[in-house]
Amino acid sequence: MKILVCIAQVPDTTTKIAFGDNNTTFNTAGVTFIINPYDEWYALVRALELKESGVATAVNLVTVGKADAEPVIRKALAIGGDEAVRIDTDSNDPYVVAAQIAEYAKSEGYDLVLCGKESIDYNNGSVGAILAEMLDMNYIGFASSLNIEGGIATVKREIEGGEETDACALPLVVSCQKGMAEARIPNMRGIMAARTKPLKVVAGADIKPLSEIVSYEMPPAKTGVKMISADNMDELVNLLHSDAKVI
Amino acid sequence: MSVIVLAEHSQGTFKKKTFESVQYAADIAKAMGTTATAVALGTIADSELQLLGAYGATKVLHVADAKLDTLNARAYAKALATAAEKEGAKVIIALHDVTGKAVAPRLSARLKAGMVAGAVSLPDLGKGFAIKKAVFSGKAFAFVNITSDVKVVTLMPNTFPVKQGEGSTTIEQLSVTFEDKDFGVTVKEVSKVTGAVPLSEAELVVSGGRGMKGPENWGPLEDLAGSLGAALACSRPVADAHWRPHHEHVGQTGGTIRPNLYIAVGISGAIQHLAGVNASKTIVVINKDPEAPFFKAADYGVIGDAAEILPKLTEAVKKFKAAHN
Repeated sequence: MKILVCIAQVPDTTTKIAFGDNNTTFNTAGVTFIINPYDEWYALVRALELKESGVATAVNLVTVGKADAEPVIRKALAIGGDEAVRIDTDSNDPYVVAAQIAEYAKSEGYDLVLCGKESIDYNNGSVGAILAEMLDMNYIGFASSLNIEGGIATVKREIEGGEETDACALPLVVSCQKGMAEARIPNMRGIMAARTKPLKVVAGADIKPLSEIVSYEMPPAKTGVKMISADNMDELVNLLHSDAKVI
Repeated sequence: MSVIVLAEHSQGTFKKKTFESVQYAADIAKAMGTTATAVALGTIADSELQLLGAYGATKVLHVADAKLDTLNARAYAKALATAAEKEGAKVIIALHDVTGKAVAPRLSARLKAGMVAGAVSLPDLGKGFAIKKAVFSGKAFAFVNITSDVKVVTLMPNTFPVKQGEGSTTIEQLSVTFEDKDFGVTVKEVSKVTGAVPLSEAELVVSGGRGMKGPENWGPLEDLAGSLGAALACSRPVADAHWRPHHEHVGQTGGTIRPNLYIAVGISGAIQHLAGVNASKTIVVINKDPEAPFFKAADYGVIGDAAEILPKLTEAVKKFKAAHN
């Protein structure tokens, strides 16, 4: 059984976001990029566990990005995985990203495709489901556990106000979130091994975006906090009612 | 060319967020000079479907196939695509929740329709079809213009106030031809947290952080949440230490929420935590450290010990509720 793990490069979680060119571009100056946490902590590590337990035979990684995405995909390889493919194009349109991955994956015979529940930059959470449609596979989103036996996946996923356990035959796309696995830190051996693991670069297909980001905006600044004495909770409750109108 | 909206229901009952999405679709339809058609899937009574008229749906297409009572994204996407084709719809709306996030992207791929996930504004038709959405986990907003002919939008729940109108609706049955593979996912078991308000749709949220010092101190937080009818949340260190279940974790790598009121107790306000909650309409921060960065992002602040403040606040809420009922 072959697993493909989709890896996105995103700004570090502590990044202070800033925009340039009259708020039309994300200013990457001084920004540290990391593996999207959901891809790394949950999708990648669960794939590795499935290989370690003998369920999967291969774990390959794919990312859509220009050459500047290579440190991140190397870091992912240091955590684990047999080889990686970088599709040499960039887009923030989820349709394009998914179509690029589908174009590469359609002839590779993957049984399971794992991705994070969303990337922490554009927060669309769409790539997995678009990919499933393009590869004609089933899709289960927001999974917190995944086991495979006899070609059938058993997946726990979030539903409104609880969880559900689903069964589905492979091939399948699963988006992963907390609970799926415990994060791993790459060790020295992994880092050394990652240097020589195959990282193939393929050209992006010619795919027209269906959406474009026109501009960005920062959230309105808070006008300042109103401090209330710890002995006057009645005042707080009254303000929440008459001023903020939330209770 | 009406606007189509997936009218999500929970075992035959609509929730507020569905009325919000129908109203959103109706507002878009009005701006485009057309009408909104709701699509309901699975088992649901006509009397319930009728309710959608008051939120602006002039027609409801009902695919009354019991196999649609559980979510199969493939089948849902096919049903919506069939409805869109029948209506000649160019815009399809769903909610940005677990159902919408599974179905809308599939539909977008199927129809080659550009998509905005998590809309927080109506489309600006003067600029094409530009919609505002949160990016960088709530640290900023982007205006995304859909350039394709057909457009798919998922609406972030609790974005617009919901107003019940006078309208009525007509119900039509829609038949969709499914294949076995459309129902590839089978549900084995469902476990719902009963009685509690689901965090993702809660209007009021009470949240605890490391400053609570241990899971044994959650009683007063639970009392406050109970008095308000609020859901409970927590920060990442609390979930990582297993003081509270992971599904309560809000922040950049947990859930992103936008309640009307977020009360943060013993949470310092790291940038990653703020990312998940800063879309809350009103934020109250209770912390014994006057230097806690969270105060800068708060509307109301109280400095002091949670163990002393929480019972007083709960008392004040109870007193207020008693006076206003």
